[in-house]
Amino acid sequence: MTSPVPEPQSVAFGQEIEYRAALREAIRQEMRADPRVILIGEEVGRYGGAYGVSKGLLEEFGEARVLDTPISEAAIVGTAIGAAMTGLRPIAELMYVDFAYLAMDQIANQAAKIRYMFGGQIGVPMVLRATMGTGRSSGAQHSQSLEALFWHTPGLRVALPATVSDAYFLLRQAIHSPDPVVFLEHKALYASKGVLQDQAPPMGVAVSRRPGQHLTLVTYSRQLHHCLQAADELAAEGIEAEVLDLRTLNPLDLETLAQSVRRTGRALIVTEDTLTAGASAELSALIQEACFDYLEEPILRLSGEDIPIPVSPPLEAGSVPSPDRIARAARRLLRRRG
Amino acid sequence: MSETIPVATRLELLRTMIRIRAFEERVGELFLRGETAGSMLHLSVGEEGAAAGIALAMQPGDTFTTHHRGHGIFVARGGDTQRMMAEIAGKITGYCRGKGGSMHIADMSLGHLGANAIVGGGIPAVVGAGLASKTLGQGSVSVAFFGDGAMQQGICFESMNLAALWKLPVVFAAINNQYGMGTRIDRASATLDFAGRARGFGLEAVEVDATQPERVWIAASALIERARAGQGAGFIVANGYRFYGHARKDKSPYRDPAEEAEGRKRDPILNQKNLLIGEGLLTETEYEAFWQAANLEMDAAESFAKQSEWPGLSTMFEDVYDPSSPPPVPVEERLNRVLGGAL
Repeated sequence: MTSPVPEPQSVAFGQEIEYRAALREAIRQEMRADPRVILIGEEVGRYGGAYGVSKGLLEEFGEARVLDTPISEAAIVGTAIGAAMTGLRPIAELMYVDFAYLAMDQIANQAAKIRYMFGGQIGVPMVLRATMGTGRSSGAQHSQSLEALFWHTPGLRVALPATVSDAYFLLRQAIHSPDPVVFLEHKALYASKGVLQDQAPPMGVAVSRRPGQHLTLVTYSRQLHHCLQAADELAAEGIEAEVLDLRTLNPLDLETLAQSVRRTGRALIVTEDTLTAGASAELSALIQEACFDYLEEPILRLSGEDIPIPVSPPLEAGSVPSPDRIARAARRLLRRRG
Repeated sequence: MSETIPVATRLELLRTMIRIRAFEERVGELFLRGETAGSMLHLSVGEEGAAAGIALAMQPGDTFTTHHRGHGIFVARGGDTQRMMAEIAGKITGYCRGKGGSMHIADMSLGHLGANAIVGGGIPAVVGAGLASKTLGQGSVSVAFFGDGAMQQGICFESMNLAALWKLPVVFAAINNQYGMGTRIDRASATLDFAGRARGFGLEAVEVDATQPERVWIAASALIERARAGQGAGFIVANGYRFYGHARKDKSPYRDPAEEAEGRKRDPILNQKNLLIGEGLLTETEYEAFWQAANLEMDAAESFAKQSEWPGLSTMFEDVYDPSSPPPVPVEERLNRVLGGAL
């Protein structure tokens, strides 16, 4: 998992590019480097991906390696599993993570368990890419954050890149992973831009995106950007928040997380995922176990509301954390600061 | 028929079916004595003609997935009966180190991509294996074995469509034993023309009598070699009868005793024996010798399973992830770390 991935020559490091272009470059580089890597899913070829991630890949690699499929989510995942077991390195795409429910047997009962059930004889080195999250009024069946489902399932790695560099490097690392990786791309980030750095830490390493001593904002994916905005707002009031980007939930960098919260004594977990039995619940339990003696306040969870995602823009935006709400919760967490 | 099937294969079909039945009867006895792990033991007695007929039509390097009633198929594909029985008993020497059991036996070295306890769950993997074979030029065919129950699962049809669409070297093999657990097939499907259903997806499809193993072998060989030649995916449905209940303990009170008695007369082993004896290719003595050898093999398998060790408790944390990653932390160890402030 932590083995270094060799660097290609043609990628424009140091330049500002879109998140989706970073994803495309990662796929392109891996497909150039390894003929076993294939891309398989709905509209990944001629259409270029529902959000344009795979534009141009069909032209470069041909139909044998960029496979448009019928609308058969379970078979897409199942095919990738069988291919991964017999010599290919498939990148399977579910257009929306909501469609994972159609393929949950293949994801959770098959891909996640094959290594274990078969006594370690073989792994399933595949990546399952999917679009997640709110921001485009896509409705209750195209907007969810389902990372908790996958994180709950032993055997699955879960990556949630928030930055352009992570989109590129985490995807390349995921393609090299010997275990199946669920790779969740936030739809509100596809058009976001950032500088592509020439390296990124491996999966399983959390990154502090902003230093701070008063509280720790624990987050990942799109909410990283909301947290950073909130932290700027708070800084103007003299509150310094450390913003921790977990990047992957499995493997999880509990050590970095615990060190930060022990230092600040206060943790605010920010996710788009729903509250009950959601990712924030597990994070809260872990922080409590690791930092009990250091906590000045209860661990707070600012999550998505426990509702299906509504379409109407004000309702949708109101159903998940915003920079304002994060800042407000942070202030309350610091209300008794001495 | 006999001119298209080598005599050695005709005898091997019989010998293989006898080994399958001897294996199934033996693990059934072990179960009744409490010597298998758990109660999930689904025997394929009565279905040996389908397993042997299709499996012996495959070539070395071909891959396959099976279902919860898959022991016989793997015996026919060369599975080591000692390691199989040890796995069914939950021992460390089993194929999956005791983690898989009866319903998850697998052996990558023999192309066995795994038995599956989800009805239809293993079917799409052969589409992927067929895709890998085609993409990498492996020359192998991948066969999905499943029961009539899976013919009512959506994943079966998604997989058939993909395999036909992409002309993959894949064969779908439905072993129709007439029952999905306690539900007879005519209570589960409005039409019983499964080959016709497969043809609707563009598959080359054939229906055979599973109690006539030579016919199964001939039909399966044609489909498998056609698929290997790049002419497209195939489907075979082999109709037989499940002699025992769903699982070993199930006495199938939902079945009409007259139907059962009639069904058990459709015995692929006796059919093949009579065919070969009738043609002067087999004597009663040779037939008995097949059984003796099979029983000796199962004696050895049974004692191997019995004498093998249980897995050590710590092995339960192995094989969740690739060995290059740390294994999950045991719950009590975590608890100690929490209380010791060392999490």
